[in-house]
Amino acid sequence: MAGWLSAEELVALRLSLTVAGVAVAASLPFGVLVAFLLARGRFRGKAVLDAVVHLPLILPPVVTGYLLLLAFGRKGPVGQWLNDWFGIVLSFRWTGAVLAAAVMGFPLMVRAIRLSLEAVDGRLEDAAATLGASAIWTFLTITLPLAFPGLLAGMILCFAKAMGEFGATITFVSNIPGETQTLPTAIYTFTQTPGGEAGALRLTLVSVALSVAALVASEVLARSLRLRTAAA
Amino acid sequence: MSARLEVDIRHRLGALSLDVAFASAGPVTVLFGRSGSGKTSLANIIAGLIRPDAGRVVCGDTVLADSGTRLFLPAHRRRIGYVFQDARLFPHLTVRRNLLYGRWFAGRGEAGPPFDRMVDLLGLGALLDRRPDSLSGGEKQRVAIGRALLAQPRLLVMDEPLASLDEGRKDEILGHIEQIAAAATVPIVYVTHSVREVIRLASHLALIDNGRLQAFGPLAAMLGRIGPAGETGPGEPVVLLDAVVAGIDPVFGLAHLETGIGGIEIARAGLRPGQRVRIRILASDVMLALRAPEAISARNLIAAEVVDLQPVPDGTNARVDVHLRAGDTAFPARITAKARHELGLAPGARVVAVIKSVAIES
Repeated sequence: MAGWLSAEELVALRLSLTVAGVAVAASLPFGVLVAFLLARGRFRGKAVLDAVVHLPLILPPVVTGYLLLLAFGRKGPVGQWLNDWFGIVLSFRWTGAVLAAAVMGFPLMVRAIRLSLEAVDGRLEDAAATLGASAIWTFLTITLPLAFPGLLAGMILCFAKAMGEFGATITFVSNIPGETQTLPTAIYTFTQTPGGEAGALRLTLVSVALSVAALVASEVLARSLRLRTAAA
Repeated sequence: MSARLEVDIRHRLGALSLDVAFASAGPVTVLFGRSGSGKTSLANIIAGLIRPDAGRVVCGDTVLADSGTRLFLPAHRRRIGYVFQDARLFPHLTVRRNLLYGRWFAGRGEAGPPFDRMVDLLGLGALLDRRPDSLSGGEKQRVAIGRALLAQPRLLVMDEPLASLDEGRKDEILGHIEQIAAAATVPIVYVTHSVREVIRLASHLALIDNGRLQAFGPLAAMLGRIGPAGETGPGEPVVLLDAVVAGIDPVFGLAHLETGIGGIEIARAGLRPGQRVRIRILASDVMLALRAPEAISARNLIAAEVVDLQPVPDGTNARVDVHLRAGDTAFPARITAKARHELGLAPGARVVAVIKSVAIES
């Protein structure tokens, strides 16, 4: 592949994989927590939480990116605080691309995990409780393993979304080769450059392959989830 | 000495309002009633899966729930084993891991029943590495029983554990439960609407109807209140006798039973000499004669003495319950008031009881 893709394309592909991988890993704990709250929780403001989580799915990505810039940019309240206290700068850095990708992929991840948690038979959790398992142990030993295929599916969807994220990324962290230029922004750049069609096409083929693979994998996992949660 | 279970709760559940209070010292307390009567909810309250609106649940020395002091021990800290109607095995774990699940939480400090012995007792050896979805209904239920017992419970709750099994499997699982009850290491609360299961297992019986406790007491005192079809109410008197199969007549296929009221012959396949069984005789299945009748097809004639006579309180005074004694054992007969008059029955009279029908329960 290294011979097939140019050095610049390879950098964009590698950066995309890194950004998407870190975005999935970093958002997974929050994804599980939020999915659990939405699936099982009974609290005031649940509808608000649900709406906020799903907002990036509905808002124009550019708007999400601009909101991130307002909040996490150097002058933004959160960005300033992160910079002052931890020396972390997100805007126009690859870490900012991670944040943008994570925010955009989060609703998909939460949705898949939430559905799989709701599919777990609560009567099995009752059974675990009568055998001495506290709520946390029941979650770790019964609920989570049974929901695992959904967890994986959520991670794959989030990963695929992160790989393809364009609008929020380019608005929040721009399109800097080697720093924030991911696959979609690289493709965009190629299409704007005379003679860039070949590069755009190669990266497009890579994107299509990755997306199809993600879709197939999530379908297979969803099927295995249905089999595993059939009550025994 | 088995732990004492005290229940005194009130709980509202949709249209059903539960109001039940009893205290049982029995090794096997059966909650008996129609479906929808609130038995399962009561079992769930005992196990801590439902928090009652008001009242107390005490097991042995431990208060499990007390609305007065706002105490509610959550299910996982109660050490109450639960065998559900649907076995509820964990589908992602092997049989072995299912069995060991509760044991791990029970802690190392206390010595529970040895794993290998439980596996032998329930015949699970060949199943250990299988997954629950490959097990039959009876196998699942055996694993569920083993799993509950290995968690070292202070009390075992069983909610209609036979309900989803076919007839053959029911007998097999019932045999295992009898063994566990006989070992008397763990007191059992058993939920059912089957008279057969009551008679084979119960030491104490709580009759529940529409959320209310109709009656509670030791099995023998309660039997008369369970009709043949399982309805509860002021039914007719019944006697329950422990019997031993003394021999089998190979020519006519009759089993000879030794009981407290004398020898009884019944036609019943599958009994072995030496086997212990419980038999049930309904008062209306007992006829009375002043002398042993000749040329009669009934096989079981028992010489008895009339102890007492009570009119049946059904408002008509047409029938009489006659309390009889043979040897040291009391049993009832229900005859018409007219028959009583014609036979001139009074306390102390010697009669021959003709037993028309004997139900064998195990």
